[in-house]
Amino acid sequence: MVFRTRRLAVASVAALAATALVAGCATGSGGSSTSGAKGDTLTLWTHNAGNSAELDVVKKIIKDFNGSQSTYKVELQAFPQSDYNNSVVAAASARKLPCLLDVDGPNVPNWAWGGYLAPIDVSGSEVPLSAQLPSTVGRYQGKVYAFGFYDVSLAFFARKSVLKEYGIRIPTLDKPWTKAEFDSALAKLKKSGKFPYPLEMGTGSLGEWYPYAYSPQLQSFGGDLIDRDGYQTASGTLDGKDAVEWATWFRSLVAKGYLSKKSGADPNKDFLAGKSALQWDGSWNAAKNAAKLGDDLAIIPPVDFGHGPKIGGASWQWAMSSTCSNKAGAQAWLKFARQTKYFVDYAEATGTIPATDAAAQQVDGYQPGGKFSVFTRFAREYAVVRPVTPAYPYISTEFQKAVQDILAGADPEKALGQATKDIDTNLKTNRY
Amino acid sequence: MTTLTAARERPRPVRRTRKTHARRREGLTALGMAAPAVVLLIVFVVVPLALTFALAFTDARLISPTPARFVGLDNFTRLFQDPVFFKSLRNTAYFAAVVVPLQGGLALVLALLVNAKVRGVNFFRTVYFLPVVTSMVVVSLLWTFLYRQDGLVNHVLSALTLGHVEGRDWLGDPATAMPAIILMSVWQGVGFHMIIWLAGLQTIPAELYEAADLDGATRWHRFRHVTWPGLRATRTFVLITITIQALGLFTQINVMTEGGPLDSTTTVVYQAMRTGYEQQQTAYAASISLVFFVLVLAVSLVQRFLTREKD
Amino acid sequence: MTSYLRFFAGHVGRVVLALVFALPLVFMLVSSFKPDDQIFGDLGSLRAFLPVGALSLDNYTGVFERVPAARFLLNSVLISSITVVLGVIVNSLAAFALSRMRWPGRKLVLTAVIATLIVPFETFALPLVWWINQLPLLRVNGFHLEWTTGWMDTYQVQILPLVANAFSIFFFHQYFQSIPKEIDEAAIVDGAGWFTIYRRIVMPLSGPAVATVAILTFLPAWNSYLWPLMVVQSEELRPVMVGLSYFFQLNVSWGQIMAYSSMITVPILALFVAFQRSFVNSIASTGVKG
Repeated sequence: MVFRTRRLAVASVAALAATALVAGCATGSGGSSTSGAKGDTLTLWTHNAGNSAELDVVKKIIKDFNGSQSTYKVELQAFPQSDYNNSVVAAASARKLPCLLDVDGPNVPNWAWGGYLAPIDVSGSEVPLSAQLPSTVGRYQGKVYAFGFYDVSLAFFARKSVLKEYGIRIPTLDKPWTKAEFDSALAKLKKSGKFPYPLEMGTGSLGEWYPYAYSPQLQSFGGDLIDRDGYQTASGTLDGKDAVEWATWFRSLVAKGYLSKKSGADPNKDFLAGKSALQWDGSWNAAKNAAKLGDDLAIIPPVDFGHGPKIGGASWQWAMSSTCSNKAGAQAWLKFARQTKYFVDYAEATGTIPATDAAAQQVDGYQPGGKFSVFTRFAREYAVVRPVTPAYPYISTEFQKAVQDILAGADPEKALGQATKDIDTNLKTNRY
Repeated sequence: MTTLTAARERPRPVRRTRKTHARRREGLTALGMAAPAVVLLIVFVVVPLALTFALAFTDARLISPTPARFVGLDNFTRLFQDPVFFKSLRNTAYFAAVVVPLQGGLALVLALLVNAKVRGVNFFRTVYFLPVVTSMVVVSLLWTFLYRQDGLVNHVLSALTLGHVEGRDWLGDPATAMPAIILMSVWQGVGFHMIIWLAGLQTIPAELYEAADLDGATRWHRFRHVTWPGLRATRTFVLITITIQALGLFTQINVMTEGGPLDSTTTVVYQAMRTGYEQQQTAYAASISLVFFVLVLAVSLVQRFLTREKD
Repeated sequence: MTSYLRFFAGHVGRVVLALVFALPLVFMLVSSFKPDDQIFGDLGSLRAFLPVGALSLDNYTGVFERVPAARFLLNSVLISSITVVLGVIVNSLAAFALSRMRWPGRKLVLTAVIATLIVPFETFALPLVWWINQLPLLRVNGFHLEWTTGWMDTYQVQILPLVANAFSIFFFHQYFQSIPKEIDEAAIVDGAGWFTIYRRIVMPLSGPAVATVAILTFLPAWNSYLWPLMVVQSEELRPVMVGLSYFFQLNVSWGQIMAYSSMITVPILALFVAFQRSFVNSIASTGVKG
């Protein structure tokens, strides 16, 4: 009798094991990688699933690399961007990172500090690191962990004809708008009654866009996300007088009807359709705007709110994981990728700023004097990288929430105060 | 729910030795049969839950170069000073307090409507059930679209009221964001509980209605004195399942509002996910989960107590 | 006269409610054939629900360019159907033991099983990621089997956590209790074992409960989104819901989102409609008792 029971129990266990086995078979051939590489076959992760323009460049580099030598083979795994960071972090917590992966610039310190990235050595590649825009190299504590093929820049887009019509000066690099000028321009545009919201800043897109787009304005006011002297506190910086002044001004944009507290599904489309007069947007839309508006398109430098015009720096970059079992192979890929032609391919496919001058020479519009070359100058002269601290992902989520609250009508001082308090607690408990 | 634990005595074979033997065999076989489910529940629910509770007393982080340390009640001290946590608790309670009666009540109305013996009733049952079959992620995306300032909901409202109702951004206003999510959640989930009510309705013997009709009872009296008491057991089931589902509110918030505007839609489970996953504070999130678990357990026990069958 | 009026009012109510429940889904399906500009343009009128204007399959073509949709659908069909089969077997076995057999600790196990109902998955998802990565895994490497650890990036990590389900056990339990236990006695007297009773007597009588549990197991498996995002890294193993996030890149195309949503929803709706009579009736005949 007992045997019967045992047989049943054994059968149950066997059934479970069989399922595990069947499923295991199904994955055996898949890309399941225990240490980011199987021998000389390396896995590579990118955030570009569903974004074929950029993904095609990555595929091309991999194909060229695999064809250029016979030792290593790189295999691609693409993730959708909206969940990329979380997917990577979950995988990292289970020690399942691939050998090669791309990382959003501001997250480099966090991942390096957490021990997920290994420093890279790309000396001897075709393009030296020194040739790159500084914001496209991911450094932490004096070591290089990542590099990018491009950077992006922020700017205001407008129609020259519209600005002329309302007697608004078209600013130049040498003489950007001041806060007073900007405010009066917005007032004029609003008064015209032609634009429901004259200013478009993409308030509807949550996530990293918030700190990327708005913290440079905060910095131009004199505030910042954290006190960069030692990165130990946000107090006095994120909730200081200048920061509160920025937040109050930001809030007033909504109150005065200049800015929608939640922009539409496609802000750029709204701008091109004439629903807004000024769009604070990334350089990636410049080519599209130029194609539609031609010479009427004005690319306007960021406003100088008192401490100089600012934009954010650092976009997606390539890195190597510390758990990679084939670091030589990973380094080989990274070095191979550092060819000017790929810098060109990237910039052309994504409409971004090539990270080197040599590449810029070959990209339409980005040659010296080209219609988009101002972006390169913005990136060189105005770019401020987001705080180089492992706490950045946390700071970013707190800032996103504060801005969202301020847009929704929260008291600016209180919203920033709460974010500052949370960030300081985080800094203290985590002992970065 | 008490019926499910009430073992019915059944006659056993008489001879004593055979009886104990059979008993033993029955017990072992039962264990073998329950084992796969029990093992799976232990592996995929109990162990991770225990891990979560253990983490709540450490300073574990999702990304960290140093191992986690035991920190006692630090996370809880922080939690009880966290204004967002109390807002999350309040919103979760608000959501549950509205959704439970609304969804339960509407589901009953639907069930009564489709319990009629008329043609095409199967069609209506199917249509009311369609949203249940649709993924909550898809539903949330769809309704985010419908709720926009220039979305369909505003257009329909304005058409129905001949332009008297001013369109608004339903999810962007702290006053309307939660009600909008409640409405959508009920829309999505009500079909399931309609079916449950329907099941209950069909267990009420027709003779009771016939007797009531003989007494000349009005429709309301019939409902009040026959239908409602007959649904006693179903009521408990509906109450408890909607409550558990409502207290776990997460997907809608994650897709539609991310807790905003002004924390008006943040919920406990959403906060736990945000802090644990995006903010990488595993231990702090675990302490939120632990408190949440204790609260839900308390609510369920109270509900069980209030709806217990008085024998 | 009044009863006629009441019937009429009831029918109007049913129809209005049917519109409320169906129209958002109709909107989704209809929009999937329209270009983006028209979707927004049609919002202001009944046209939003009508297949009018410049209809085309462009959005669907776009979907296939952006997402390996066929592969995702295949994965989800595989994952969901295995989950359903295992779910029905495992949960009915447990319910059988809990409802029809007598053994010490039965009540305790039942209470514990039901207690797991109250914990939302999200609250322990992160520790679960770490934990499943400690589990042993037997897998094929070349021509031989080998033991490794870690279930990340597999099919079974998308299946097994969803198999045992307190709700399903509870549901079977209720149903089994409605089947007279005298049958068991008679069978035992005839020399049948408990497993035979389960397989040859109780399960064949439980068609409606099986149908119900099958559907209620299928839905979460088909709709799972967060979990695969956390534990699946290979594109070739991803299920359909994850594909949705492929569309939230630069230049969001709502037409494509509607098309993909329709693609992953309509087959399930069709499946449900095909089986609805037996499904709805099965829950109804189960007579869930609290």
